[in-house]
Amino acid sequence: MKFVRHEAPYVAPVADVASMMRQVLFALVPAGLVHVWYFGPGFIFNLIVASIFCIAGEVIMMRIRGRSPAKALSDYSALVTAALLAFALPSLTPWWVTATGALFGIVVAKHLYGGLGFNVFNPAMAGYVVILVAFPMYLNVWVAPRMGDIDYQYLSFLQTLGYTLTGTLPDSATIDAISRATPLDAMKSGLNNMRTIAEIRALPLMGDFGGRGWEWIGNLTAVGGFWLLIRKIIRWHIPVGVGIGLLLPATIMYLVGPDSNPGPTFHLFGGATILCAFFIATDPVSAATSPKGRLIYGIGIGILIYAIRRWGAYADGVAFAVLLMNMAVPAIDYLTRPHIVGHDEQGQQP
Amino acid sequence: MDVPVPGQLVLPIGQHVGDPAQPIVGIGEYVLKGQLIAEVHGTLGAPVHASSSGKVVSIEPWPVARRFGEPAPCIVIECDGKDRPVELAEIAPAFDELPPDVLLQKILHGGIVGLGGAVFPTAQKLMQATTCDLDYLLLNGVECEPYISCDDVLMRERAAEVLGGAQILMHALSIDQCYIVVESDKPEALHRLAEVMAELDDERLVLKLVPTIYPSGGEDQLVQLVTNLEVPSAGLPTDIGCLVQNVGTAAAIYDWIHDQEPLISRVTTITGNGVAAPMNVRARIGTTVADVVNFVGGYTEHASQLIMGGPMTGKSVNTDRVPLVKATNCVLIMSETPSPGPEIACIRCGECAAVCPVQLLPQQLFWYACADDEKSLRSYGLTDCIECGCCDLVCPSHIPLTADFRKAKGRIRELADEKARAVRARQRFEARNERLERDKRQREQELARQKKHAKAAGPAAIAEILKRKQQQKEDED
Repeated sequence: MKFVRHEAPYVAPVADVASMMRQVLFALVPAGLVHVWYFGPGFIFNLIVASIFCIAGEVIMMRIRGRSPAKALSDYSALVTAALLAFALPSLTPWWVTATGALFGIVVAKHLYGGLGFNVFNPAMAGYVVILVAFPMYLNVWVAPRMGDIDYQYLSFLQTLGYTLTGTLPDSATIDAISRATPLDAMKSGLNNMRTIAEIRALPLMGDFGGRGWEWIGNLTAVGGFWLLIRKIIRWHIPVGVGIGLLLPATIMYLVGPDSNPGPTFHLFGGATILCAFFIATDPVSAATSPKGRLIYGIGIGILIYAIRRWGAYADGVAFAVLLMNMAVPAIDYLTRPHIVGHDEQGQQP
Repeated sequence: MDVPVPGQLVLPIGQHVGDPAQPIVGIGEYVLKGQLIAEVHGTLGAPVHASSSGKVVSIEPWPVARRFGEPAPCIVIECDGKDRPVELAEIAPAFDELPPDVLLQKILHGGIVGLGGAVFPTAQKLMQATTCDLDYLLLNGVECEPYISCDDVLMRERAAEVLGGAQILMHALSIDQCYIVVESDKPEALHRLAEVMAELDDERLVLKLVPTIYPSGGEDQLVQLVTNLEVPSAGLPTDIGCLVQNVGTAAAIYDWIHDQEPLISRVTTITGNGVAAPMNVRARIGTTVADVVNFVGGYTEHASQLIMGGPMTGKSVNTDRVPLVKATNCVLIMSETPSPGPEIACIRCGECAAVCPVQLLPQQLFWYACADDEKSLRSYGLTDCIECGCCDLVCPSHIPLTADFRKAKGRIRELADEKARAVRARQRFEARNERLERDKRQREQELARQKKHAKAAGPAAIAEILKRKQQQKEDED
């Protein structure tokens, strides 16, 4: 009898990149729904625009590189980039702003470096930073979260769509009437104006720990993150590292000066901390690879987020922190090589 | 279950690490069960014995379980079914009456090799071990790979022989402590071993339970698991005082020393969805897979791959004419492996590093293997890779890492050979130059000496020489 021949091992792999990416997308669904609940349908429009341009960028670049676009699209990584970018943007963002970030992320940060697996920088964060530099004014327009006791003008579904498509508000609304400072912005400007933490925390947009509404998005993001941990799509090292790096300085500073430094829970639930810890910093391609390296990478991101929030010009620092640590990855990987069994302490064969 | 004597036995002369044995029987010769038919030839090797009685019909290349599947020389015996054994010496002397070196010499003649799959000639392994300071004998009862259960069955059915073999080994090498390492999910084997140990009442024997995690059955991995010591890279367990022997090898040593039966049969797992009744069988070395499968009820419609060995490191062969050899711990016959989808770029997820038993960074090694960067491959420990295949299994990008590492290792070996050849060539060249230089110097010195001599002797001597020359010329004419 005749048989076919193969190379060992003869067991099919158990993991799959496309399935990993799909599960990351699923894990973001609860947070996305809460986002829509608090900030309106703008998030959906942003997600659609970002997805269209991420996919378009991927298809065009794969064509130019002479490869199969279908193969690249089937790994879902472009959609993960689109989703993370949509989460980073205010719900009211004109389409060309989103498109600029999406295209830069996919075309420059991803494909010009060689595509999935070769990109040094996190594409979503690179895209976001380009928007931050090119269109800073649009990133200031955050509508206030949907809360009964906050007095502000809501935009309807069509008005939101109109803003996304044209960048203009209906005649009945003005930017000032519909937008509010984000909790992190309020904290920064409040402190700059010599107000105490207690005064700032008493503002109606502040919640139990961070900002109202915001902290629920954070909670649901964490639920998705824990699900990824249980499914072993991500490992614990980076989220824990980010937590340590951010909360340790935050706690120390809070204990030293509770009037001028918000507490650690505010940092944890404020801004994009939780999204960063579970979804952004954990992008395997642009992160360190060894367990020890990942812990260091996460801690570095956490410290940088704190430093930027506390002393920098920006209210939040997730994108810069991630990109800066992306640059440190080769060094971290080199310095945290695990001990090879049977080698001596210098890592040499005895 | 014992497979009956087949109609034909195919015995490769190279069933072990080292030099193939040298056949000492002629075509047409009648051989008996247990008769030596090929003897050790070279510095490293093991003899081969006839597994049953019959007539040698040919010595020819035959398909065997090798990586590239080329045929290898085999002695083919047409069995007469009588299974007539060679005549034994009256009674074998008790092993503890023999001095260790005599015992080792005796083991050498039993054709015994490491039965865990590595098939290193046991006698040579033991002789090497005598040069080391040994603390422990580790009897490896951990199965090599998933699917394989031959060691489990052996321990259940032949616990006394396994432990008897351990006692012989301890005597031969003056070791005072033996751990019998068994996976914790083998209660029956543990129970049998414990029973026999109670009978033997030998306090040097200790049972050690380990969790069932592939690849704990690897020699270096087992040592680390049991003693918490790391076997040095490119070194041997004996370097840190441990001698590891498979339980099957121990039983084979017992059979040879105690019952004078050389290694002519072994327990093998026949499994996979391609066989009708998967089971462990005891078969004669040289029985073809076709005969064994016939014995266990034939193939099912799923039989499309034949793997000699386990699913992780076994060797895929294309015909069931291959014989069972000393290394064959498993014959896996199964359906086609489902395609995992196309290979894509590494996403640096690090899962491969998390599962690597040697703590290598397969994703880094993969980069360097693609770049053919020999220096980095070495410093990232490519040569420490045991090719267990774990990284392949967890890779979400479906990169055939193990196969790539095998190729990279081959290239490194080639480069090393080339370097060695270049060094030898240079040495030869330099030696030649030196020799030519020396000859030239000697000639010049000789010439100078003659000149000086002639000068000192003066014109008379010159006239004398000229005269002699003249004389010579006249004589020739």
